[in-house]
Amino acid sequence: MQAADFRIDSSAGKTRLVLIGDWTATALGQVGERLARALGGAAIQSVATEDLGRFDTTGAFALLKATGGALPAEALAERPQARRILDLVSSADTSRPPSAPRPDPIQKTLEKIGRGVAHIGVELYRGLAFNGHLLAVTGRVLVNPRRIRWAAWFEQIERAGLDALPIVAVTTFFIGAVVAFLGADLLQQFGASVFVVELIGVAVMREFSVVITAVLLAGRSASSFAAEIGAMKMNQEVDAMRVLGVDPFDALVLPRIVALLLMTPLLTFVADLSGLFGGALVVWSKLDLSPAFYVERISQNISAAHFWVGLSKAPVFALVVAAIGCRQGLAVGGDVESLGRRVTSAVVQAIFSIIAIDAVFALIYLEMNV
Amino acid sequence: MSAAGYSAAKDDADAPIVVRGLVNRFGDHTVHDGLNLTVRKGEVMGLVGGSGAGKTVLLNSIIGLRRPDEGEVRVFGKDMSDVDDAEMEEIERRWGVLFQSGALWSSLTVRENVGAPVIEHTNLGPDLADEIADLKLALVGLSPVAGDLKPSELSGGMKKRVGLARALALDPELVFLDEPTAGLDPIGAAAFDTLIRDLATNLGLTVFMVTHDLDSLYAVCDRVAVIADKKIVAHATVQELEKSDHPWIREYFLGPRGRAAAAAEETT
Repeated sequence: MQAADFRIDSSAGKTRLVLIGDWTATALGQVGERLARALGGAAIQSVATEDLGRFDTTGAFALLKATGGALPAEALAERPQARRILDLVSSADTSRPPSAPRPDPIQKTLEKIGRGVAHIGVELYRGLAFNGHLLAVTGRVLVNPRRIRWAAWFEQIERAGLDALPIVAVTTFFIGAVVAFLGADLLQQFGASVFVVELIGVAVMREFSVVITAVLLAGRSASSFAAEIGAMKMNQEVDAMRVLGVDPFDALVLPRIVALLLMTPLLTFVADLSGLFGGALVVWSKLDLSPAFYVERISQNISAAHFWVGLSKAPVFALVVAAIGCRQGLAVGGDVESLGRRVTSAVVQAIFSIIAIDAVFALIYLEMNV
Repeated sequence: MSAAGYSAAKDDADAPIVVRGLVNRFGDHTVHDGLNLTVRKGEVMGLVGGSGAGKTVLLNSIIGLRRPDEGEVRVFGKDMSDVDDAEMEEIERRWGVLFQSGALWSSLTVRENVGAPVIEHTNLGPDLADEIADLKLALVGLSPVAGDLKPSELSGGMKKRVGLARALALDPELVFLDEPTAGLDPIGAAAFDTLIRDLATNLGLTVFMVTHDLDSLYAVCDRVAVIADKKIVAHATVQELEKSDHPWIREYFLGPRGRAAAAAEETT
């Protein structure tokens, strides 16, 4: 590859352009601008190609641009291939209509805020529409249980529920241990270290196990629901279902929601056990309280209400996580970017809703004195 | 298309693609078993074969997306199994690939898609890259207005044209086309065939196209390679293949659709 270059021979008032080297995209460099400057608008009477190497459309484009298209009619005639390329390029119409002026930044910012506000309204409306549709489908299935797609239900139960077991158990084990460490440290200062058992029991069973489980499911299942259904939507699989008379809510949404509805309470129960176990190990090693004592204290001093309060939130969280995941999946458009955006908002919305709903639950149970 | 210019036995030394003894396996399933193929400089080579015969696998082996289990693939005389990064970049600059469904980057506009190879491989500035992208779009018959669109706003035929424009962005010597006319209506497909033929002639391209489209074979290809029984069973012009006695080739070219395409070609 030899870099593109040129020479201008002026004799007897005639300008001869000598092309040197490879006039190709990769060898072109800044030769176009240099040629335009060197010519300064002068007309060319002939073009010499003895030293011209390869010549491609980008080279032709640069040549035409630098000379303003004013090349002699017989230019490059001795190189038919190059001449054909030059003709092809000069006949190509690349005139672009003037692009719209850029909006000024203030207007753009206002527009963005406006769109954001309108978007909230639209999302709210679509969320309600989704819930309505879901209720209708649930009713239909309850009236006619033969419509239940057992295979899909059990597949989702396995994937969204059973397969999440290890991560849920391990995470809550560490949460239980961390609560125990903190409690042991603090309560020891008051000489009340034995109460760490109550702290662990209440914190784990009432809040941590169910919230951590739900957050893990939001990260694990809401995202996969949105991505799966979204990819199916992009692939027209959802359309293929519709034309077969299969309601995607029946085949895709309901199995996922049922799976999480059934499995989240069970996962929460496992999380309770594993959190308490994590706490027990710390209490045993750090405070030297035996596991037998730990179990006895939990069963005598902590009312079962705490356990039921925690468990009662599980189905609500499950519903929210699954519904948000499926809804975002069904909202995916035709392009890859919208898939990414929808999966992100599925996870963000699900986690936000879990925390918000948990706060509401806390207020309600406080009022009820549970 | 006459193949007279190529029929003389020519040295393979300057052939852009040479495949020797290629073996590809998926588990126990052998797709290619000792496959040989030569694409000569300046010709338009079509590759045909039944569904599942391994056309796309062969294409992927040549362009380096799949490492063959055995055998040698040489592109521009370089053995693809041991090219270093610099050589690979040099090769990538000299070829262009049109994937089956366009494979346009959905986050970029059409103009950015076509200009991307220019920005990636040359030191021309972004403004010039945009102008070159417009030029390529014009060459494949699209107006520069289309340059501002996103790929999701294009029809299937336009996506293929944009894909071709991107494949041609650096004026490659060798262009790979994977089913360029699949999914186009007959008018669009015929226009695309003419476009490929014109560009190949005017730009002096070597084209390797995988196709199912009999009309494309008659209208565009100088020679056709037929893949069957895990090998290339014939390398010949369409006219020669019509006289072949290989059962699959007979079925393919002398079946009802083959005869219709041949008749259409004779009348033009």
